[in-house]
Amino acid sequence: MKSQGRLRAGDQPWIKWSLIGFALLLVVLLLVVPLVMIFSQAFSAGAATFWDNLTDEYTLHAIGLTLFVAALTVPINLVFGTFLAWLVTRFEFPGRKALITLIDIPFAVSPVVAGLLYLLLYGSNGWLGGWLMDRDVQLMFSWPGIVMVTVFVTCPFVARELIPLMQQQGREEEEAGVVLGASGWQLFRKITLPNIQWALLYGVVLTNARAVGEFGAVSVVSGNIRGQTNTLPLHVELLYQDYNAVGAFASASLLAGIALLTLLIKSAVEWRQARQMRPVSTQSDRTT
Amino acid sequence: MSITLEQIDKSFGAFKALQGIELDIPDGELIGLLGPSGSGKTTLLRIIAGLESADSGRILFHGEDVTRRHVRERRVGFVFQHYALFRHMTVAQNIAFGLDVLPRKQRPSAAEIRQRVGNLLEMVQLSHLADRFPAQLSGGQKQRIALARALAMQPQVLLLDEPFGALDARVRKDLRRWLRSLHDELNFTSVFVTHDQEEALELSDRVVVMSAGHIEQVDTPEALYAKPDSRFVFDFLGHVNVLQGSLAGNRLASGDAWVQFPEEPAAAGEAQLYLRPHEVRLQLSPVGHAHLPLQVEAINLIGAEVRLELRPCGWQCDTLWEVGITHAEYHSWQPRRGDRCFAVPDVGHLFVAGHTQPQTLYWG
Repeated sequence: MKSQGRLRAGDQPWIKWSLIGFALLLVVLLLVVPLVMIFSQAFSAGAATFWDNLTDEYTLHAIGLTLFVAALTVPINLVFGTFLAWLVTRFEFPGRKALITLIDIPFAVSPVVAGLLYLLLYGSNGWLGGWLMDRDVQLMFSWPGIVMVTVFVTCPFVARELIPLMQQQGREEEEAGVVLGASGWQLFRKITLPNIQWALLYGVVLTNARAVGEFGAVSVVSGNIRGQTNTLPLHVELLYQDYNAVGAFASASLLAGIALLTLLIKSAVEWRQARQMRPVSTQSDRTT
Repeated sequence: MSITLEQIDKSFGAFKALQGIELDIPDGELIGLLGPSGSGKTTLLRIIAGLESADSGRILFHGEDVTRRHVRERRVGFVFQHYALFRHMTVAQNIAFGLDVLPRKQRPSAAEIRQRVGNLLEMVQLSHLADRFPAQLSGGQKQRIALARALAMQPQVLLLDEPFGALDARVRKDLRRWLRSLHDELNFTSVFVTHDQEEALELSDRVVVMSAGHIEQVDTPEALYAKPDSRFVFDFLGHVNVLQGSLAGNRLASGDAWVQFPEEPAAAGEAQLYLRPHEVRLQLSPVGHAHLPLQVEAINLIGAEVRLELRPCGWQCDTLWEVGITHAEYHSWQPRRGDRCFAVPDVGHLFVAGHTQPQTLYWG
């Protein structure tokens, strides 16, 4: 695009430049400075201290638990989101619109409230929790609870990415496939999946970012037991409360690193998608 | 393969898309389903394919009941309105798809599939595009690839949903001829949907005219144009000039206009006389059997004849009249906008209130 410097008739250059300046100022103050601060604080006592903080026993455990939770959450929501998007875009049934709205509940509800709901339901005094307790199944204050709330909080990402795309692509290609004799699985593997693969990857990246960074819901159900149910975001808070600011920032820098990596992958996927969608100039159109 | 439809009904919620459809399509026929949007023609096509299921009624292929048979097993060729090519596959992969998904036992070898795809590409004259993606093709090319893909499975029934709807006029005409010759050569049974009357009349052996979920008339193009069964078919096939008035004895009158029939019509009351543009002549003075004063509103010189649009003088009509005159007549008369003239009918089709069938009347 060569639109730099292009002005509509009557537009004043100073309006454009002051708007750009204002936006830049906000970005620097609100986004760039805090990000730089995280890394400068983490390394404020030198690289050796940074390394010691990261390889601390509890920090390593928190990293492990966080990765473990993400490793469970992402596949669950990948399958669930794909299934849900396929259901609401390929079939007509009563309550379809309601279901599309329901998918957004985790976005609308504050994560802390979500955590509390799970605690009330599955905690030892909860409706289901008591029954499970009698059978020696403990969900809250242990990793299954953390996975459950993380799945809840991140479940719309994949479906939300897929639904508009699948609606726009329509079901004609799948109908063409089935008329040609393809089975349900062949349809999915050979037609549906290749058409949604980039949106799916995008959804997975977002799900993973949120699963790794989730704080509110997890803090309610985990019980913050160091070395047992402490995820990386919770660990940052614990360290900070222990007046170990450098340690807290070292862990935080890990999270920030994951976030930056996510952004990088996201941009790459978007670039890939845009390139794939670009039509090539068409040929002449006559039978001979 | 012949197709028989018996008492097909289909509703979408409260909307009755099809009601009591009865149709017999003999083996090898090319038949067009013609109707305005919402008339149920596409739904009917999808029911024949199995993409939609009928609420009641039966579908027979070659005398065999296929009503409950899954789309996958019906083995029909289907060409979608917007082509529905697989966007992530090349042209060759698109055409090979039907063969690729066959169970291993029935699947031809890779070399054989390549050979069949090559032949199909030659047939649609697009061999040079085998490795392109659909996004790199023009509309007409996409349509031909979609057709080749449907024919790869050698279906005995080919169904086409508005096959030329999205193409420009010139390409459409080419493809139409090409489809006709393909049909005659390969001899399958074809059903196509269209809302374009010209396309239906030019391409089909027989035309099924549909409106509001039922069949109005099934006939050859000539018969349909010469003897329409109902007002709907009349209105839908080409322009029609209407004189609406009250019928008394053998005289139909409205304001300053009247027509005297050679014989007394069977009924009386409110009536409409339908006249095709070619069934009317224009004269500068009225004749004994008709007094239809008109005023020239517009003149269109493009085409084989000069088309005049005419406004009724001293009587009412919902739409303007259209009459064609030869270029020779145009040059000797030299009509201008605002000139007066009189219409003289040769043949007319009289619809009397309460009767659905028209009565055709001839003068002199």
